[in-house]
Amino acid sequence: MRNLKEIKDLYNKNELKVRELIDFYLKKIEEWEPFIHAFLTVPYEEIEKQINELEKKPKDLPLYGIPIAIKDNILTKNIRTTCASKILENFIPPYDATIIRRLKDNGAIIIGKTNLDEFAMGSSTENSAFGPTKNPWDIERVPGGSSGGSAACVSAGEIPVSIGSDTGGSIRLPASFTGVIGLKPTYGLVSRYGLVAFASSLDQIGPFGRRVEDVASILQVIAGHDPMDSTSSPYEIPDYFENLGKSVKGWKVGFPEELWQKGVSEEVLKVLDRSFDVFKDLGVEIVKISLPSVEYALSVYYIIATSEASSNLARYDGVKYGYREEAEDLISMYKNTRGHGFGSEVKRRIILGTYALSAGYYDAYYLKATKVRNLIRREFEEAFKKVDIIVSPTSPILPFKLGEKISDPLQMYLTDIMTIPVNLAGIPAISMPAGFYNNLPVGIQFMSTFFSENRLLQFAYAYQEMMDFSDKYPSLPQKERA
Amino acid sequence: MEKQDFKNQLKKTAHLARLYLTPEEEELFSRQLQSILDYFNKLQELDTTNVESMAHVLPLSNVWREDEVRKSISKEEIFMNAPEVEEDGFKIPRILKRE
Repeated sequence: MRNLKEIKDLYNKNELKVRELIDFYLKKIEEWEPFIHAFLTVPYEEIEKQINELEKKPKDLPLYGIPIAIKDNILTKNIRTTCASKILENFIPPYDATIIRRLKDNGAIIIGKTNLDEFAMGSSTENSAFGPTKNPWDIERVPGGSSGGSAACVSAGEIPVSIGSDTGGSIRLPASFTGVIGLKPTYGLVSRYGLVAFASSLDQIGPFGRRVEDVASILQVIAGHDPMDSTSSPYEIPDYFENLGKSVKGWKVGFPEELWQKGVSEEVLKVLDRSFDVFKDLGVEIVKISLPSVEYALSVYYIIATSEASSNLARYDGVKYGYREEAEDLISMYKNTRGHGFGSEVKRRIILGTYALSAGYYDAYYLKATKVRNLIRREFEEAFKKVDIIVSPTSPILPFKLGEKISDPLQMYLTDIMTIPVNLAGIPAISMPAGFYNNLPVGIQFMSTFFSENRLLQFAYAYQEMMDFSDKYPSLPQKERA
Repeated sequence: MEKQDFKNQLKKTAHLARLYLTPEEEELFSRQLQSILDYFNKLQELDTTNVESMAHVLPLSNVWREDEVRKSISKEEIFMNAPEVEEDGFKIPRILKRE
C-alpha cells in the first residue's frame, strides 16, 4: 500500500480502513523522523478530526483517505505554518490555501507540515530555523531544497505523496537528491492563494510522488483557475490520465548543449548515460538544440527573485502577526524584529533585492534582468517549435554533505543552474529518478511547453515504464546516528 | 566599488530594508554580496537594446472579479496572531519622540 492505486484498490475491496492506513504511515513517521527530520509539525488532533469528517464523505472522491504532507509555507487552517522561520514560529493560519481546500474536499488527509529552507530560500534545507532535514539515502547528506522535507518524507516512505513549492528548482532538486518524482507545473496552473509569497512571478506549487500516476492524481485535484489568485490561468484543465501509457514513439527530444556541458559532474553524467538507451528503446529522436541565454539565467534569477522577495517580506514587521522584538520606537521595533526574526540567508536576499531595486542600480540590475528573462523565454519558445521535450540533468552534482556549501552562497546558488531557466520561462518540468551512484540518487529533468503537462506526464510515464524505481526504498539507519 | 564604500552602501540598504545587522553580519554580507554582484555583472555583456522587459510570463492583464458581498474571516481570527492588541486595533510602539 505504498502508492495511490494500491491504496485505492484495498479501500475498494474493503480490505483496508482509513485509520489503519493512517496508523501505518504515522508509525513510519515515528521510525524515520529521529534520523531525517522531514516534518516540522504532525498535528495528531487535526488528523483525528479529518478522519472523522471523512466518514461523512462519499468514498469515490479521487483522493479518499489518501494521506499527504504539505510544505510548511502553505497555509493550513488551525495547523501552525512557520515557513521554517523564527518570525512565524507560532503562526496559526485563519484560513486554508486554495490547494489545501481542494485536497480536503477531494478526500485527502493532511498528515503534517514539512521542513524547508526558511521562506523557501535555499537549495539544501539547511536554512531552516528548526534544524536541517537529512537525506534518507545518506543522513550525512542534504536532501536538496527548498522543499527538502516534502521530498525526504516521500523518499523514506513516511507518506505516499506530498506538496512542495518551486521558485527556482525547489521541487525538482530535492526530488532528484532523494530519488522521487517532483513536478513543477506551468506558472499559473495551480493557485498560489495561501502559498506564502517568496518571488511571486516565479513561485508555483506542485506534487511529489513515487509514481507518475500519483503525481497526475494530485495535479488533477490542485490545478485549475482560482479567482483568489489574479495570476491564476483560466486554462481549461484536461484529464491528466488520458495520455498515460500512450506511445511517445517519434517524439523529438531536445538536447540543449549548454545544460550538458560545463559543471555537470562525471558521476551524474555516468548515471544519466543509461537514460539515452531508454530514449532509443522508446523510439524518440534526440535533437541537438541551443539555448544560448541560459548561461545568464542564474544572475537573472537571483536578481528577480531577491527583488520580489525584498518586497514580499516587508510584511513581517512585528505588527499584525508573527514574532516581535520590543523597542522604544517603531523603526527600532521593525529593525530588531526583522534582524532577529529572519535567518542569515533571508537577510542576505532581502538586502540583495533592496539593493537591486534601489535608485541608481534599478536599470543595471532589475530592469536588465527582466529583459534577459524575456530572451530566455523566447529561446524556449523557439526550441519547442522543433522539439516536444527538452532533457537535462536535474542537478549538476550528487547530493552533497551537510555544511559543505553553507558558507559560500554563490556555490549553493549554482546547484540550481539546471532548474532555474524553467521558472524564468514559466514552463512545466518534472524530475524523474534516473538511477543511483554509490547508493545516491540521480534525477533527470524533462521540460515541455506552456500548459502541456498532459504530454509531459505521458513522456515521464513512458520513461518510468523502462526505469522504475518506485519500489526502491532507503533502509532505516542504525539507531543512535541521528 | 571600494570595500569601505560598499560596506557603507550595505548599511544604508539594511536601513532601507529595516533590518538590524550585527557588525559581524555587516562584514560577512559585505564580502559575500560583493562577490555575488560581481557575478551578476556578467549580464552587462548581453545586448538587450531591442528587448522588452518582462515582469511576468502569462499574457494576463486587468484581472477582475465581481464585487460581491462575501463572508470574511472574523475579527477574532484576524487578531489571534498579533503580538499586541488593544481594543480593536494592533498596538505598536510610539512613533513620535517624547518632548
